[in-house]
Amino acid sequence: MRRIKEGVKLPLMLAPALGIVVLLFGGGMIVGFGQSLGYFPAIGLTEFTFSHYVSVLTDSAFIASLWLTFRIAFITTVLASVIAVGFALVLRHQFAGSKFATFLFQIPLPVPHLVAASGIILLVTQSGLIARFGVAIGLIDIPADFPAIVFDRAGIAIMLTFLWKEVPFVGLVVLAILQSVGPQYEEQARTLGANGRQRFFNVLLPLIMPGILSASIIIFAFTFASYEIPLLLGVRFPTTLPVEAFRLYQDPDLAQRPEAMAISVVLAFVAILLLVAYRRLARYAVK
Amino acid sequence: MTLDTRPPDEATAPTEYEEVRSTETRGMLWARWIVLISITIFVLLPIVTLVVWSFAFRWNFPALLPTEWGTRAWRYVADDSSRVFEGLWNSLKIGGLVTVMAIIVGLPASRALGQNEFRGKSTVEWLLLMPIIVPALVATMGIHQIFIRLGLTGTIFGVALVHLIPAIPYFVLVMASVFANYGTALEETARSLGANRINVFRYVTLPAISSGLLVASMFTFLISWGQYVTTLLIGGGSIVTLPLVLFPFLSGANHANAAAISLVFVAPAIIVLILTSRQLSRESSVMGGFGKI
Repeated sequence: MRRIKEGVKLPLMLAPALGIVVLLFGGGMIVGFGQSLGYFPAIGLTEFTFSHYVSVLTDSAFIASLWLTFRIAFITTVLASVIAVGFALVLRHQFAGSKFATFLFQIPLPVPHLVAASGIILLVTQSGLIARFGVAIGLIDIPADFPAIVFDRAGIAIMLTFLWKEVPFVGLVVLAILQSVGPQYEEQARTLGANGRQRFFNVLLPLIMPGILSASIIIFAFTFASYEIPLLLGVRFPTTLPVEAFRLYQDPDLAQRPEAMAISVVLAFVAILLLVAYRRLARYAVK
Repeated sequence: MTLDTRPPDEATAPTEYEEVRSTETRGMLWARWIVLISITIFVLLPIVTLVVWSFAFRWNFPALLPTEWGTRAWRYVADDSSRVFEGLWNSLKIGGLVTVMAIIVGLPASRALGQNEFRGKSTVEWLLLMPIIVPALVATMGIHQIFIRLGLTGTIFGVALVHLIPAIPYFVLVMASVFANYGTALEETARSLGANRINVFRYVTLPAISSGLLVASMFTFLISWGQYVTTLLIGGGSIVTLPLVLFPFLSGANHANAAAISLVFVAPAIIVLILTSRQLSRESSVMGGFGKI
């Protein structure tokens, strides 16, 4: 009796959330995918074609953008994860100032990305606060002496902004996992004679690895698809794929839209591919 | 009838790391100092810079502090022509709407996922997480086409609906983890003692999940609060939120105005942090949710 009731109850509980995600996200994906294939009745295009994909994929500017987008997301993710784990390992202990540091560590979490970018701009432009410190201690004389890391081809200011936001995010996730794991495994390993390095790599890391990977998947996906930060802090060319796609999408010439959609579909496809590979790798690594 | 409304899992709360004297090596102490100092500088420097800039009247290179102070930027923020208050009001309305909708549709789903094992669970999880894993660019642009036809572009409701797409996965992720941590034993007891559905929810379930729900709701609000490109596209220029007001200033020359608007934009984040800080560091289930994709 109860089992039958449960059988109806679960789908009912899941339906509203699933419905909205499938309708809005799924519906949007289908319309967008259709347009990337040249199906765009609003401007009289009703024939399916791969030509937009061909023209996108054979464009060297697209390849440059894809590489830049991937590089920024990858470097940000790796750096954020490594720094975050280091911070979390220290912050899990209680010591004078640890409460204060943990509180500070939480600050970037709710701060909007644009505000982070705003602060980073004022710090790292060639006439920013850090350059002024450079003058004060005699390292540089004029703004041009300071390395151009905003509007640079490497995207350093973009990565700095993301790091400011994502290091605390990954760090707090790892901290939460460390707390739920507790100290007992390490204590046992210590009793059995494991040294610090062994305790970290053979005991602690395998325990917290799934959490690190999961948090880093989230930040990779976010960074990979981010629009306003690269638009604001990057160079015009090459720019990241989301920026390029939106530029084409908002072009007054509606005929550009299928190509904008093709770029975004490729972006989504690459992201899914990387994430599937990542999950495979994660499962293998955790074993 | 009164029911015990204490959280059921006080005894199983994560254990505090006990200080073991022998681990306090020199290296450990160094590491603590490095972490303390780098977090302080790393986190506070951009924010302090914003605060100082917002009160700067003249601050030319290479002065370390403004040479003339003033409140011109703040007077600009308060002026109607800056549209800051219009943006603030729209952001609050949309954020509130998104949060309420996320709670209504997300709470049952996160409970179903957090407390049950069923066939197809991982498929459901993947579907729900899709919007935060797969770049939402295609979907957003596709939705734009649909919303034009439905007349939802340029409306508060339309903008709130697109914000709901990333909001639902985050809300469900956090709340499923909260529900998974708290179990159903106490509800069963209450029910067997004759409490009806509403009373069970009000006196047993709600108190147990309330702190997690507070954090999840506030972060849902902040997801909407921070949205830029979705608002730009679906709002079509007629719905102006705070990030849309701020954006042009960030690439402009008036740093004081950019800083002051940034600080208005960050205010709710600081309020949220003060209200939720305890949960973020103590209740591992809240942040732990992000470690379980």
